Amino acid sequence: MNVHHHTYDAVIVGAGGAGLRAAIETAGKCRTAVLTKLYPTRSHTGAAQGGMCAALANVEEDSWEWHAFDTVKGSDYLGDQPAIEIMCREAVDAVIELEHYGLPFNRTPEGKIDQRRFGGHTRNHGEAPVRRACYAADRTGHMILQTLYQQCVARDVNFFNEYQVLDVAFADGRVAGVIAYEMASGDLHVFNTKAVLFASGGFGKMFKVSSNAHSLTGDGPGLLYRRGIPMQDMEFFQFHPTGIYKLGILLSEAARGEGGILRNNSNERFMERYAPTVKDLAPRDMVSRAMLTEIREGRGIGPNKDYVHLDLTHLPPEQIDEKLPDITEFVRTYMGIEPKTAQIPIQPTAHYAMGGIPTNVNGEVIVDELNTVMAGLYAAGECACVSVHGANRLGTNSLLDIVVFGRRGGAAMAEFVRKAAMPDLPKGVEEETRGLIERMKVGSGGENVADIRTVLQEEMMDKASVFRTDESLSSMRQTLTELKGRYEKVSIQDKGEKYNYDLTEAIELGFLIDLADTLVEGALARTESRGAHFRDDHPTRDDANWMKHTLAYRTESGGVRLAHKPVVGGKYQPMERKY
Amino acid sequence: MAVSVELRIKRFNPEQDTKPHWESYSVDMEESDRVLDALHEVKWHQDGTLTFRRSCAHGVCGSDAMVINGENKLACTTLINEVGHKVTLEPIRGLPVVKDLLVDMEPFFAQYRAVLPYLINGTDPGYKERLQSTEDRERFDDTTKCILCAACTTSCPVYWGNSSYVGPAAIVNAHRFIFDSRDEAATERLDILNQRSGVWRCRTAFNCSEACPRGIKVTQAIEEVKRAILYNRV
Ligand SMILES: Cc1cc2nc3c(=O)[nH]c(=O)nc-3n(C[C@H](O)[C@H](O)[C@H](O)COP(=O)(O)OP(=O)(O)OC[C@H]3O[C@@H](n4cnc5c(N)ncnc54)[C@H](O)[C@@H]3O)c2cc1C
Ligand code: SF4
Ligand code: FES
Repeated sequence: MNVHHHTYDAVIVGAGGAGLRAAIETAGKCRTAVLTKLYPTRSHTGAAQGGMCAALANVEEDSWEWHAFDTVKGSDYLGDQPAIEIMCREAVDAVIELEHYGLPFNRTPEGKIDQRRFGGHTRNHGEAPVRRACYAADRTGHMILQTLYQQCVARDVNFFNEYQVLDVAFADGRVAGVIAYEMASGDLHVFNTKAVLFASGGFGKMFKVSSNAHSLTGDGPGLLYRRGIPMQDMEFFQFHPTGIYKLGILLSEAARGEGGILRNNSNERFMERYAPTVKDLAPRDMVSRAMLTEIREGRGIGPNKDYVHLDLTHLPPEQIDEKLPDITEFVRTYMGIEPKTAQIPIQPTAHYAMGGIPTNVNGEVIVDELNTVMAGLYAAGECACVSVHGANRLGTNSLLDIVVFGRRGGAAMAEFVRKAAMPDLPKGVEEETRGLIERMKVGSGGENVADIRTVLQEEMMDKASVFRTDESLSSMRQTLTELKGRYEKVSIQDKGEKYNYDLTEAIELGFLIDLADTLVEGALARTESRGAHFRDDHPTRDDANWMKHTLAYRTESGGVRLAHKPVVGGKYQPMERKY
Repeated sequence: MAVSVELRIKRFNPEQDTKPHWESYSVDMEESDRVLDALHEVKWHQDGTLTFRRSCAHGVCGSDAMVINGENKLACTTLINEVGHKVTLEPIRGLPVVKDLLVDMEPFFAQYRAVLPYLINGTDPGYKERLQSTEDRERFDDTTKCILCAACTTSCPVYWGNSSYVGPAAIVNAHRFIFDSRDEAATERLDILNQRSGVWRCRTAFNCSEACPRGIKVTQAIEEVKRAILYNRV
């Protein structure tokens, strides 16, 4: 295996919305390399559909404070309020900036950026749904990804496409480099650098039914976790209510924002019972639970009564074509159903990781309960946990998060780099990665990667998804121990150097298993229900004991050690979450 | 109900082969499965060396354009019930094959970059959005949908014969800015596309429009660019 050496002021890992926005910020300020395992435009930001919220007040009265209130309440009071305030205040500038970059937002008749409704976003602290989501049809994420990539092309950003980062090197208590595997050659590349920003996206592929891409395997959080960085709030994983039955492909909340309705087997609009004010536009955790409650109580649809319907048939056909063209096409392609005339079978789909690499509002990575910063290490986007989403993210707040904190992280990193010296990189930092690759290639235990991954995904779906109990989670803990044992004995067939995805899939599975471990341990310990984490055996929120963030550390023996840190409050006091 | 599907795949391993060869696999699939699912079935349970790109699995990332039964398609948006139970799979044509169904995308992205694919506007808009009427916004809506999958460019007979032709995808992305009322660099882009490797190579074969998985009217976009050059206005 050849090893190549590079030196850059800064390295960004990932070229989705967060990584690209960070790269725009460092362009012209410091020599930056952007390493990405996919071509930038293949990143899953491109799959985002519905919109990005900002209180522009273009179509009705709105204010960033209302947006902040909704986000705090949506987070079930686990979000840190100072960070939420920053995000909601800077949202307005972020949207305007994207427009200046060329993003083709839908427009109002006056030519301003149009806005629409989205779950959990309300006027005046919960009075009624508000039009706050800026959008480009139902391909907002596609347009954000394309626009940010275009701006990177304009700035001649230095991309290393199809380079997969597998390890990070620290020296003298700071970041010193990253180790990447080049898909085209099978060579290793060691990047000596003053700073690294991780923007490697989510890890929904640990669940069977998911809206996430095959590539979303949590490499960034996984490799940092192995190097001693704790993972924050991993037990909070969002299940989006409207995934296409069995496939998990997302049908944006915009479908309900435009007037879509959820119905059970007697055609009842059941959300009226669960959230009388906002109904179908309640936050995702509540809608997913409501749907599964309908199913549990026998009001599901189909031979197994295991799905409900999304009904768009009452919407004007022109509105569907103009506002929801892509998602209705998905329904036609994959279900063979015409959504203008027939209702769509849906089920909750694993969608978004609220937890991840702990950071402060400047994207600096935090390594302990005292908020100690690791010099030169940054993270932004879905892989990070600021925490602005707390226990449940509101729709449209992730596209916002990646742009706002991608920018802040990039800016803080450029500033850090200006003053910092290039660290010495210890000799042989690539040896562990080389060992990992060689072990995988010679492994002869006969275990199959896909089989292990299937068990992981199915069991996580059964035991650690929307509803959880001590029993289900303990059983999942047991399953994970077994899977780790089997993983040790993995054999792959492709022993070649070039584009060896057989190898990288095996490595990615290792990250997924480690992160599943932190999710399950966090969920077992948290004996309350908050946001996306719902325990049948502890069905209420317990603010006295659990208004705190979880930090999961990896122990020497590969187990999980939990610690906690307080939630940073603000002007909004915890209340019961009613909609 | 599962059906048996035979996949004939054109394979090439750069570390062993001097030229491509065909291999066949039999997999049990549902009619409603994607061709991508069938490829995964082979890769995960029969032959781990089979190589192709993929990520989103629902037609939005542009990773998995390939030639399926002779036509350029995305493996993830093509279902078994559309292609039957005997399926041939080949890499897209006109770009260098690297391994199996995976081609070198660098020449494709270089052509994309050559058309200045970003908004150029020298006036300071201040702290507000630039206004754009819904009609002006509609003017370039179609070409904003491009996912850079290369299905169009690699279906073009002119491109197969001459890889210096910028190709349909680059023209689509130039169109997206040329017809954006906020952009000020239409002339530069039209000059680039008026060169020898530009739009005049197009022979209006319509393959590109048929190949586009996003349903973009590629030929129409190319015609609009040609007209803009001829009549010197957009
Ligand atoms: C179907 C869908 C619809 C959504 N709709 C919305 C919406 O309407 N509004 C909203 O706010 N949010 C939405 N979200 C959520 C939002 O899109 C994502 O959370 C967000 O785009 C994540 O962006 P990111 O930049 O953090 O990561 P990604 O866009 O996932 O990018 C990750 C990047 O990291 C790279 N990478 C990963 N691992 C490595 C490695 N080991 N080495 C090198 N590079 C690596 C990848 O190549 C990629 O470039 C949606 C999500 C999904 C799945
Ligand atoms: S125009 Fe269509 S076929 Fe061509 S690259 Fe874009 S999406 Fe693919
Ligand atoms: S895998 Fe993304 S387009 Fe097919």
